[in-house]
Amino acid sequence: MSLRNPLAIARGLGSAKSGTGHWWAQRVSAIALIPLSLWFAVSVLGLVHADYVVVINWLHAPWTAVLLSLFLFTIFYHAYLGVQVVVEDYVHTEWLKIATLLVIKFICILFAAAGVFTALRIAFGA
Amino acid sequence: MTTDNRPRSPHLGIYRWQITMTMSILHRATGVALAVGTLALVYWLVAAGMGPDAYADAQMLFGSWFGQFLLWGWTFSLFYHLCNGIRHLAWDAGWGFEIKTVYITGYTVWAVAALLTAAALWMAYGTGGAA
Repeated sequence: MSLRNPLAIARGLGSAKSGTGHWWAQRVSAIALIPLSLWFAVSVLGLVHADYVVVINWLHAPWTAVLLSLFLFTIFYHAYLGVQVVVEDYVHTEWLKIATLLVIKFICILFAAAGVFTALRIAFGA
Repeated sequence: MTTDNRPRSPHLGIYRWQITMTMSILHRATGVALAVGTLALVYWLVAAGMGPDAYADAQMLFGSWFGQFLLWGWTFSLFYHLCNGIRHLAWDAGWGFEIKTVYITGYTVWAVAALLTAAALWMAYGTGGAA
């Protein structure tokens, strides 16, 4: 008979992750996205019938570049945090979970970088 | 200390259908849909950055019936996720947990999201002539 207390086994198996930080970051990015996404929706709805020159002029405006860059960064950050939880809920094979999360993270960073770079490139006069 | 044979908490099959359940599932579904939508958004922006021809291609793609279907799906998803997200933030702040309040805010989210989507449709097609 072992005299080891079950607690010795339990220790180290519990959560040693960063749940609170994740939870908080999701809320902060959500709050930032309230004005940003409304600004974006209204702006883009105004461009539905616009031709190319009008769209480029819109992208040239300084406020567009700043808000669009912030919007893209924040939405991809928020999207990753959200999709991460979905994957963690449904993918239970450890290696597959980690691989899926890495692929999604890289896609988010790639598209966020491409979007922000394009927004700044047009704003700076390309 | 075995973790294999513990009783499971009741899952979807146990409960009677409720509007709150649907709203929770839809919050997650619209979130995933919007994550995919951001990829399309970056495609649109990069196409604009590449020049008039690439932009015309993107406009044609988004102007097709399937493109329009996706865009309006994303529009509703955005407004739904936004409104229900604010509802979630209220819960996080400790407000609105009474059953009655949960239902009132739930139906309000549906109504506001539908109204905003209708307003967006009007902005897109009601004011600027034919698409």
